Amino acid sequence: MASRKNVFSIILKVFVYLAMGVTVLSLAGILSYILVNGVKTFKWSLIFGKFSSQNPSMSFAIVTTCVTIFLTLLMAAPLSVFCAVYLTEYAKRGSKIVRYVRLATETLAGIPSIVFGLFGAIFFGTVLGFGYSILTGCFTVAIMLLPVIIRQTEEAIKAVPDLYREGSYGLGASKLRTVFKIVVPSAAPGIVSAIILSMGRIIGETAALIFTLGSVAQLPGSLLDSSRTLAVHMYIATRDGGAAGREVAFLTGTVLVFIIFLMNVAASYIGGKVGKDFEN
Amino acid sequence: MKEKIAEYFFLICSLISIGAVALICFFIFRGAYPAVQTVGLWPFLTGGLWKPTDIPPLFGIFNMIVGSVYVTAGACLIGVPVGVFTAVYMAKYCPQKIYAGMSQLVSLLAGIPSIIYGFFGMMLIVPFIADNFSGNGNSVLAASIVLGVMVLPTIIKVSEVSLKAVPKTYYEGALALGATKEQSIFFVLIPAAKSGILTGIVLGIGRAIGETMAVVMVAGNANILPETIFKSVRTLTANIVLEMGYASGTHFDAIVATGAVLFVFILLLNLVLGVINKGSKTAGT
Amino acid sequence: MNLHYGAFHALHNVNLGIDENEITAFIGPSGCGKSTLLKSLNRMNDLVQTCRITGKITLDGEDIYGNIDVNMLRKRMGMVFQKPNPFPMSIYDNVAYGPRTHGIKKKSELDRIVEESLKNAAIWDEVKDRLKKSALAVSGGQQQRLCIARALAVKPEVLLLDEPTSALDPISTVKIEDLLLELRERYTIVIVTHNMGQAARISDKTAFFLHGEIVESGLTMDIFSNPSDRKTEDYITGRFG
Repeated sequence: MASRKNVFSIILKVFVYLAMGVTVLSLAGILSYILVNGVKTFKWSLIFGKFSSQNPSMSFAIVTTCVTIFLTLLMAAPLSVFCAVYLTEYAKRGSKIVRYVRLATETLAGIPSIVFGLFGAIFFGTVLGFGYSILTGCFTVAIMLLPVIIRQTEEAIKAVPDLYREGSYGLGASKLRTVFKIVVPSAAPGIVSAIILSMGRIIGETAALIFTLGSVAQLPGSLLDSSRTLAVHMYIATRDGGAAGREVAFLTGTVLVFIIFLMNVAASYIGGKVGKDFEN
Repeated sequence: MKEKIAEYFFLICSLISIGAVALICFFIFRGAYPAVQTVGLWPFLTGGLWKPTDIPPLFGIFNMIVGSVYVTAGACLIGVPVGVFTAVYMAKYCPQKIYAGMSQLVSLLAGIPSIIYGFFGMMLIVPFIADNFSGNGNSVLAASIVLGVMVLPTIIKVSEVSLKAVPKTYYEGALALGATKEQSIFFVLIPAAKSGILTGIVLGIGRAIGETMAVVMVAGNANILPETIFKSVRTLTANIVLEMGYASGTHFDAIVATGAVLFVFILLLNLVLGVINKGSKTAGT
Repeated sequence: MNLHYGAFHALHNVNLGIDENEITAFIGPSGCGKSTLLKSLNRMNDLVQTCRITGKITLDGEDIYGNIDVNMLRKRMGMVFQKPNPFPMSIYDNVAYGPRTHGIKKKSELDRIVEESLKNAAIWDEVKDRLKKSALAVSGGQQQRLCIARALAVKPEVLLLDEPTSALDPISTVKIEDLLLELRERYTIVIVTHNMGQAARISDKTAFFLHGEIVESGLTMDIFSNPSDRKTEDYITGRFG
């Protein structure tokens, strides 16, 4: 009996470690493959040079990506934070509004990005008439980010001890003042880390952007121009660019991975501070 | 006064996500309607031919529905065991010292853009399949592998959280009865965390069925019913992204209708999630 | 007055006068309603959705549950909580939070209020060199005095303290008790405590609560030396509670 028990346990243990190994190796494999080849094909001109068919540089895409991040967050972040404030500080617990908003954010969280892309192209692009443009892309991705930021901001606000609220009310502060001077600042690390993570989402997004922001290889002159973010640039290069496109893809991929890595580290560093302030 | 205005302002901000869902439903289903009307719902869903440029054009997405189901099932076959076992590792085996690093690694896996997964699959997995098996490598198998890795972080994170939420006494009780660590984990801990793990898996399925870029780059995208896992396959998502750029008229409506079908799949998955969560709540109290 | 939380009748027919420039102590076992009464004095119970109050509480003859500005009421009634709860900001900003809330913006004015309040709370000498440091970095006893300073900074008339020393060490407790005796000159103080000795040491009047009712109230000396109710005697001599 005892030996059979052992065999069973050993097999399961092997599976656990095997699974962990597969997970680690997948990540390591992808990262090293992209990074090694990215370094091999590294050329400054491909990053900062001017875009041409001879030199499919990503410089314009870097600019577009930055603009897209900024504009999208400008739309999504305040809205999400206010929504989270309402859900946690104002709405009665278990009220209908809370339930419906939660249902809506959960639904949004599950919708595939290509469906967002379809919707964005139809609604912002055609119905509202923004066409293929940075504006259309930003509106579309902003909606995608709502559930991400709302959820995490809610968690961060819920972690703020009631003692702080009572302290503020006890001094005769209004609800609004308590929320914006005490509660939201106390939850700031969590909110900031949510925003950094959503920056990562924007940077990595392709399917929702390709038919909203479009894929024209140009430095956008206005918010109504089409352009490409880095991820879209990488996709188009892979699809249309042949061997030269692959080089561009490796390098763009390297840049993407590098940025995402930095953002993940920053988000977890800042987010890790959340609970600590409240411990004593 | 100021207080009331602020409260209503926040309320309006909260209602925006409800409004967004309503708008998305409205425009996707309204956009899909003309195609369904022209083609007919049944022929659209069960037709095997997709020839938008023929006269008259043919719009049947049966092969793509099956394709989406195939690659999602394939992704589960790979992602579920690896994901759940990795979650067990994270929750019960991972030494304290490397835990932070491991969980950072899982987050990074979640953060890598899908385009990079697709590119990796296209450059390495597809040629590998072409060299060692039949076909040109663009296949159900390639898509399943890529998606299998992509659903890992979702499954790992959700499962790990639910494994850790199981009261310590369950696990310790099992150990105290003389069960080995593995027996305690697999016969006590995992059954207790069942609904959380299922939630993770359903969320993973949602991610797999909705994934676009990575699949398009490795699946071959031929509109056929694949007979083997080495054959090419086209998913619903691929159909949208490949043809949306140039589609017009009924063709465009049919693309939106493809999106609507995908949307319905996701809503059904959400429904399943609701049932799982409700079940766990009643079981828990 | 009566107070209910949902269906739970937390305070029964409480009728009590609190006199100016005295320390009134509420004593009684946990769950007897003493903190609840304290919190209804500055309407902190408003934050509890199911809370319902009947009867009247007046401050200088004015019904505080009538048509008044809650925030102004809370300004007049400074409150200090069981657990020190400085805000996660600097010591200076903590004390300045109240005055800023009530519209004081001028730097020199704020500086003056902060210094005065910290001095009144007997903590100025300990923190004057680190006003810009986080309030969470000082010890628990200092945090609690800082919270008292924060309450004093809005120039209240009444100071409500909810077991202010229960989370503190004996030395910090003594410091706070001394401080309260000094503050009695200028403020009306109500303190909830389950420390019998504390009530006897510092209060002028005492009210003994049991199961949401006031069993006995009056001069502290009388209650502790010659309680008229058997239950009060049992409690203060330590037979229960």
